[in-house]
Amino acid sequence: MPIHRHTCDLCHIDVDNVTVRRGGQTLLQNVSMHIHCGQLTVLIGQNGAGKTTLIRTLLGELSRSGAIRHLDSQGHDIPHLRTGYVPQHLQFDPEMPMTVCDFLAASFSRRPVWTGIGKNTRRQVAEALAAVDAPGLADTPLGRCSGGELQRVLLALALHPAPDLLVLDEPVSGFDRNGLKMFLDTLMNLKRSRHMAILLVSHDLRLVREYADHVVLLDKTVLTQGDAEDVFNSPEFFQVFGTGAAGEEADA
Amino acid sequence: MEAIYGILDALLPLEAYRFTFMKNAFLAILLLTPMLGLLGTMAVNRQMAFFSDALGHSALTGIGLGIVLGMHSDLAAMLIFGIIWAVMICLIRQSGAASADTVISVFSSTSVAAGLLILSRGGQFAKYSSLLIGDVLAVTPQDLLYLLLALLGTAAVWTVLYNALLTTSVDPSLARSRGLRFRLIECVFVALVAVAVMLSIRWVGVMLINALLILPAAAGRNIARTARQHALWSVLIALFSGLVGLTLSYYLDTSAGASIVLTAALCYAVSLALRPLRK
Repeated sequence: MPIHRHTCDLCHIDVDNVTVRRGGQTLLQNVSMHIHCGQLTVLIGQNGAGKTTLIRTLLGELSRSGAIRHLDSQGHDIPHLRTGYVPQHLQFDPEMPMTVCDFLAASFSRRPVWTGIGKNTRRQVAEALAAVDAPGLADTPLGRCSGGELQRVLLALALHPAPDLLVLDEPVSGFDRNGLKMFLDTLMNLKRSRHMAILLVSHDLRLVREYADHVVLLDKTVLTQGDAEDVFNSPEFFQVFGTGAAGEEADA
Repeated sequence: MEAIYGILDALLPLEAYRFTFMKNAFLAILLLTPMLGLLGTMAVNRQMAFFSDALGHSALTGIGLGIVLGMHSDLAAMLIFGIIWAVMICLIRQSGAASADTVISVFSSTSVAAGLLILSRGGQFAKYSSLLIGDVLAVTPQDLLYLLLALLGTAAVWTVLYNALLTTSVDPSLARSRGLRFRLIECVFVALVAVAVMLSIRWVGVMLINALLILPAAAGRNIARTARQHALWSVLIALFSGLVGLTLSYYLDTSAGASIVLTAALCYAVSLALRPLRK
């Protein structure tokens, strides 16, 4: 289901010299990186390195200097970067009477959910859940979803409407290692079928090595970036994580 | 109005509803409770029960300021002050200057004190004490018109904003990432609650208005599984409590507001017992 509007191997999101200051502190300093379409870019770094700040900047929540542009293969600007976001967790009352279908329908359709959910919307919800390997969740109350199920529901929401850039902030809290692998397999399928740029924050360095097309090591600024092997063997990586960390889960 | 009274005479062959003031109160409940039922679902979901309580208290200050400023209509003074007060609490809460319950508590106690200060000047408070427990005789045909307009306005806003409100009540940050203007949406919601509260406070009473907003929605939550069921149960329980409570208050010669709220409390207790049956 190739929904992406600009299918090319080289279109990318260009983060150019982005600096974020807040309350007299510099949270990010001259961050420059490319997030390519059809690739999984993984952001790694210690706690406080500015990973979440960078995500919030990409989502347009924080003011910044520098540029974030969406460029096609010829380097021309593509107006309006559409971003899909999967937060680490939700801060909601699990007793709220609301099914997964209600939650998704509130974003998929203009018809107010309290007046009912139309057949078309219900079908859309079922398709969206099937696309993230979570069929049959539609009638489950949102508060009763497991952590892993909730991440898949949030992924289904982030994919509607189809984003140019999909951002996932440490989708590990709800998963055991097996669950996380299955979740990443779903992401890999989406990456191939929809050719979207995916930016993932992760602490699980073993899985990063296995799945990432491009790794960015951040500590207020980009210390180093490249494919996983290059980054994991770099002096900057050892400086941040110490020796022996490349096969482990980073301290988090 | 006469035609409507005629229909009520035919539909309600009870002694209580032979009187015009009871007919007015009945109509007011028909208009008000669905509105409070709907608004209450979101107030409960957003954990704003304490907020609407503070809003009710601010009615005293609204009337007081109306008198000081020489306004002719108590209702206009309450509405204007209520909306401004609600939006102020909302904005300060959003700014994260202090925790939500602290902000609300500060606003609540300030508005009660300011209202009492103004209204008690020269030992005049007795004149306004009916505001505290409400007075069913206070409902006029003009109030009914305002309630009708407010109900239609709420239904319109609820149609346009409900989905956005639902998403923002799940997670503000997620809502913002989807381009929803969280702050604006919340301000519109609190302004709507302020209108509903101020329109009904004179006959429900400052002390009880919040219960009428929160109890039906809280009871509905114990039974409902979906957002739609929550809205339906909340409206039904609000209507039921309103009509049963009003009728009982006539025969028992008690405060209408108190009777309605106690009926709603009973509904809440029943819903709590039914809660384990919810799948």
